[in-house]
Amino acid sequence: MLLRHTPKEITERKALTINPAKTCQPIGAMYAALGIHKCLPHSHGSQGCCAYHRSTLTRHYKEPIMAATSSFTEGSSVFGGQANLVTAIDNIFTIYEPDIIAVHTTCLSETIGDDVQQIARKAREDGKVPDGKFVIHASTPSYVGSHVTGFANMTKGMVDYFAKSTDKTLDQINIVSGWVEPSDMREIKRIAALMGVNIVLFPDTSDVLDAPQTGTHEFFPKGGVTIEQLKSTGDSKATLALGAFASKDAAKLLHAKCGVPYETLELPIGISATDRFLESLSLTSEKPVPEELTRERGRLVDIITDMHQYFYGKKVALFGDPDHLIPLTEFLVNLDMQPVHIVSGTPGKRFEIQIRGLLDGRGFEYNVKNGPNADMFRLHQWIKNEPVDLLLGNTYGKYIARDEDIPFIRTGFPVLDRIGHSYFPVLGYTGGMLILEKILSALMDRKDRNAPETSFELVM
Amino acid sequence: MIDILEQRKGQVYDDSSKPFDISCEKNSVAGSVSQRACVFCGSRVVLYPIADALHIVHGPIGCAAYTWDIRGALSSGPELHRNSFSTDLQEKDVIYGGEKKLEQALLELIDAYQPKAAFIYATCIVGLIGDDMDAVCRKVSQLKRIPVIPVSSEGFKGSKKTGYVAACRALFKLVGTGSTEGIRKHSINILGDFNLAGELYMIRDYYERMGVQVVATMTGDGRIDDIRRSHGASLNVVQCSGSMIHLATMMEEKYGIPFIRVSYFGIEDMSKSLYDVADFFKDPEMKTRTIDMVRDEINAIMPDIKKYRKLLAGKRAAIYTGGAFKAFSLVRSLRTLGMKTVVAGSQTGNKQDYELLLQLCDDGTVLLDDTNPLEIAKYIKEKNVDLFIGGVKERPVAYKLGIGFCDHNHERKKALAGFPGMINFAKEVHSSVNSPVWKLLKK
Repeated sequence: MLLRHTPKEITERKALTINPAKTCQPIGAMYAALGIHKCLPHSHGSQGCCAYHRSTLTRHYKEPIMAATSSFTEGSSVFGGQANLVTAIDNIFTIYEPDIIAVHTTCLSETIGDDVQQIARKAREDGKVPDGKFVIHASTPSYVGSHVTGFANMTKGMVDYFAKSTDKTLDQINIVSGWVEPSDMREIKRIAALMGVNIVLFPDTSDVLDAPQTGTHEFFPKGGVTIEQLKSTGDSKATLALGAFASKDAAKLLHAKCGVPYETLELPIGISATDRFLESLSLTSEKPVPEELTRERGRLVDIITDMHQYFYGKKVALFGDPDHLIPLTEFLVNLDMQPVHIVSGTPGKRFEIQIRGLLDGRGFEYNVKNGPNADMFRLHQWIKNEPVDLLLGNTYGKYIARDEDIPFIRTGFPVLDRIGHSYFPVLGYTGGMLILEKILSALMDRKDRNAPETSFELVM
Repeated sequence: MIDILEQRKGQVYDDSSKPFDISCEKNSVAGSVSQRACVFCGSRVVLYPIADALHIVHGPIGCAAYTWDIRGALSSGPELHRNSFSTDLQEKDVIYGGEKKLEQALLELIDAYQPKAAFIYATCIVGLIGDDMDAVCRKVSQLKRIPVIPVSSEGFKGSKKTGYVAACRALFKLVGTGSTEGIRKHSINILGDFNLAGELYMIRDYYERMGVQVVATMTGDGRIDDIRRSHGASLNVVQCSGSMIHLATMMEEKYGIPFIRVSYFGIEDMSKSLYDVADFFKDPEMKTRTIDMVRDEINAIMPDIKKYRKLLAGKRAAIYTGGAFKAFSLVRSLRTLGMKTVVAGSQTGNKQDYELLLQLCDDGTVLLDDTNPLEIAKYIKEKNVDLFIGGVKERPVAYKLGIGFCDHNHERKKALAGFPGMINFAKEVHSSVNSPVWKLLKK
């Protein structure tokens, strides 16, 4: 057994994280930046950071991930990274010709106190930034928050650098996508198009990290939100921020800077959260929810109707990022399942409050924890003490699933050992159907596997 | 036509009409999409396969998260190394220092797991805030009576190569602290194999069949007690010279143990690494046994190799490795399959490496030091490459360009070393180069 090193008995840990349910800010900033058209993310720190983020994103997407680094040396960590960053900006615009360089910091450059904004200004004054090109930045120290925080910070940076309000109001809604897959971003655009709503979706990694195979390598694939679109967000009618952890900061800043009203919603995962998203989109755009989406909802409810006895009372453990876990928990409750163990490495008090709001009084005991020490080791210990029927989370769950022999559904970030997440959305009613299909297949495959021949059934 | 960064032109040799010259062992150009990693990465990959030790990353969570069980280094026993332990430094730790947290973490872990030793990896931030890791390690070591070894692997201190040196220094602290009782004259340590896809089991078996005692394996399927007594071995057999040569050199200086450099990839190099050990011990019976074994092994794989050679003859390959030493074996292995190497490069090779590489390759081969995806794409097109051999970040670039790929790095799924490894290699190359998918994308 791979993780037999996990004892059942839970002891208090003070200084230690074992098998994390999170990673650090810069990778989130890199992922968000890839959702801008013709943007090259840049890691201001040691080479390793950039290499790790590129490797992890490559493993998750099976796509080339382009990002540059300041390649800190011992000298730059003593004297500051200004020279490296200015050289980098010059080199990047000369050779890779992006429209934007999106710089994020690291624990190293944060701690030595590099002022990226000032360095970028200097690079522009020195003529290293060609006309019409941009250097934006986000401060993403690895010792604060998690990868989700980094995503939120870079998304906020997009607003900070580009959003402008002019006198006019455009007939468009901003949607801050949150940390979701290219497939999910595509789904949001499909829903908006069905409703006839003009949206600016940012960041948008569809057609960047799900690029088709053509036999050529596009250094900057066709997708991503454009600078013009980002500028126009200041004139939009409203902003919908999907996921408080990843998206709220950007929406809030857009409101403060340009007076665009905003609403923070859960990611539209499952029925109720999707209902709320469509309702808000409909209200802000003054467009009705089209028949087609209503019928999609109907099909989703139909599946639940047909199969509700298979969901009833099943215990589930789930882990990942708060913005996913909150609506997913709600969806599981809708299905009459029992989410009994919930873990996220991302800190933030409102996570626990929201989960408790969803689960209190449902008639079952549960464990929830997030932030430091909320890790996979703890989740595993909880499962050993209170076994579950199903595990939901990223690839790192496979160790627990194997050790405890639990059906396991991969969702979230990173998924390093399966494909599908780039192509099949979990958002919206259609996404809900995919989640149901996965849950049912996992549970029923297990039932088939475990059934003695006498009760092995053809029709289920 | 894609340009090459002015500062990088010296690191590319692409005109065989000019005399050979290449500049290397340089810091990467800032702003280049380099494929290189950092010091921490170098130390972590080298030490992490030691399965009965605690490996604690002292720093913010990222460094621990990205290196959690990434390499597929197998263990025949304990698997403590496949867990991720970290001090997960927070802002307040960065301000007030992380020493207390590290000490507490060590005590908690050692009590829980009773490991044979602990390695503590320094990350960038630790180097900056000035935590005295040595002092913490000394204190805990005395208290718990196991070796607690600081690894000086702050990311910014150099490249992956610097990390290898730091890892070797950490290992060297263990060497010489165990009993050498029961170690025979015909004994070796295997250095520089990391037991990816179980390759070490095969290599170990070859040597044992020859009559050689394997004292310690560093670090694939590694055990602390073996390393502690590894100074009792008569010979160090070093693969992947980039990572473990420093340890071999230190052991030679202090304990007078000679070393030889070997490679287990490809028929020629695999055979040679066995013969060289037999020759070292000057034992005619062992030599005979080795000759017989090699002959049997080669005979067993040749029918398959011939089959694949027919399918692959004339195909053109580009290779990009971490260290340059592996590239030599790859060029030879590709030739065994009737293939030509037309582009070759490494992240950390030195000038002698590249000179040797050029001699091994056919005329007109392009050499690249510390390259990036744009250059890779440029030469794949210009040289009409059919196969790219590299690591995780190169794979999707190759695929997007519509050519085959073989991971000869952390993500190999089948053993590529040893004699059966040659069949696996041939099969993998064939399955990718001759895949029908490439026909699908041509309209």
